[in-house]
Amino acid sequence: MSFEIESGELFGLLGPNGAGKTTLISILATMLPATRGSATVCGFDVRTQADQVRRSIGIVFQDPSLDDELTGEENLDFHARLYGMDSRTRRSRRDEVLALVDLEDRRNDLVKTYSGGMRRRLEIARGLMHRPRVLFLDEPTLGLDPQTRRKIWHYIKDLKESSGMAIILTTHYMDEADQLCTRIAIIDRGQIVALDTPNALKSHLAGDLVELQTPSPSPEFIEHLGDIEDVDQVAVEDGGVVLTVARGESCVPRVFEIAQKLGVEISTVSVRKPNLEDVFIKLTGREIRENAIAEVKDRIRIFMQRKRR
Amino acid sequence: MTVASVIYTLWLREVKRFSRSKSRLVGSFALPGLFLIVLGTGMGGVFRYREEVSYASFIGPGIVVMSLLFSSMFGGMNVLWDKQFGFLKEILVAPVGRMAIMTGKTLGTVTESMLKGLVFLTALAVWGLVRVDVPGLLLTLLFMFLISGAFVSLAIAFASRMNDPHGFPIVMNFIIMPIFFLSGALFPVAGLSGWLSIVVHLNPLTYGVDGMRYALGAPHEFSPLFNLGVLVGFWAVTTVVGGFLFNRISI
Repeated sequence: MSFEIESGELFGLLGPNGAGKTTLISILATMLPATRGSATVCGFDVRTQADQVRRSIGIVFQDPSLDDELTGEENLDFHARLYGMDSRTRRSRRDEVLALVDLEDRRNDLVKTYSGGMRRRLEIARGLMHRPRVLFLDEPTLGLDPQTRRKIWHYIKDLKESSGMAIILTTHYMDEADQLCTRIAIIDRGQIVALDTPNALKSHLAGDLVELQTPSPSPEFIEHLGDIEDVDQVAVEDGGVVLTVARGESCVPRVFEIAQKLGVEISTVSVRKPNLEDVFIKLTGREIRENAIAEVKDRIRIFMQRKRR
Repeated sequence: MTVASVIYTLWLREVKRFSRSKSRLVGSFALPGLFLIVLGTGMGGVFRYREEVSYASFIGPGIVVMSLLFSSMFGGMNVLWDKQFGFLKEILVAPVGRMAIMTGKTLGTVTESMLKGLVFLTALAVWGLVRVDVPGLLLTLLFMFLISGAFVSLAIAFASRMNDPHGFPIVMNFIIMPIFFLSGALFPVAGLSGWLSIVVHLNPLTYGVDGMRYALGAPHEFSPLFNLGVLVGFWAVTTVVGGFLFNRISI
């Protein structure tokens, strides 16, 4: 794979679990040696200039990485000291980032009393302490409830607008990539299968999608559907049929005509615009959702382990 | 970023965590305290060292060493928890050298272990089991420092190789316990024979216990300089091995 990311950009790496997103980030953050190929971050080679790279990046890991026996403020302090800030800078940056993620009132509480969303916000704040030029966010909203996810999106959007940093975000949530990113690379099995703006990616699927729920889609019915003018594609999924058409509204009456003629029963019908998920399925031939569910289950297991400590 | 401030940062973290965990503090006094009280008084009737030293006095320095050994090994093994709970990533991705990280971690744990050891030492002095004068105390502190540092590094070496905390009991039962029991902390080294004598003489902790006995005015076997030399050498080896393995951790 090969790509470039500009400063000020919010670049999304989208792909299922195991696609290679985290590996890619680990290589860019000098945590893993690249087996082959080369990469530079802010002009520094990740292999030979690891220290300069580390100084210019901030990273929010996929898995929790806070010391929960320290307070929020102490976690930030620890980070600041490791990055060589003097005590005045340390204090002012600390106040600044705590305000940014709305954690000022909990700053002196131990991290183990924080909720999942608060921990994530603190990690984002920590990643910003040393004013990195590139910020990596590895699955920033994984395992969080929808409200908290929305909040974190809000912080990330703010950051993009206010800082001019390059932000690289990995996610397997389509809506997240769609909402936040200026450009998206869809990754599957270690390869970039598409790289473009969200809208351009969606326009790969021109027109509308018409979804029919029917208990008995006979081969004859499918064949006739394919004959309707401006139907591009007919896909049969379990219990349903999806048509890709130029204009969904004018297609629906024709579908019913055919169904009536052939005696096929249709229980529901819906017309919608394609989303990134459809692009993903078209490009990779599989759905991303199953993976997401499996991963959330993983996450629950991890939190349970944490409790048993 | 100076190496000294990295070391200080890691040291500070250890000390903060330690000062907050009251339950761990109390827990760490339990086993050595039990040994001292139960063995010291229970065995007192049947064992007197050369007819003049009570058994409680005899094992006193060994109990301080026990406390040091346990808390140093467990402290060093905490690297495993940092692995498990992700904090190690935060440390390792920072633009600082790993040796500085390991040194800070080691010194922090040494501080914690020595403070706990000093609690025992005070208890022993109050109980009248050891005689402490100023030169003796300074020498005791030096021995405590060396023992603790060497075993923290050893623990970091183990923790660097292991991937989850399930290895804890293995290290406890197959490393820490044998090292303690085969160190002469509970029995005199002189007069042992056969394999036991060989194992005890190969155990670096034997020289730590012996050095502490010398410093605290209890009967000892080897020259204090020899004891110091063995401990310094042992620490050098564990630092090199621990440093090498810690350097190779990849996440």
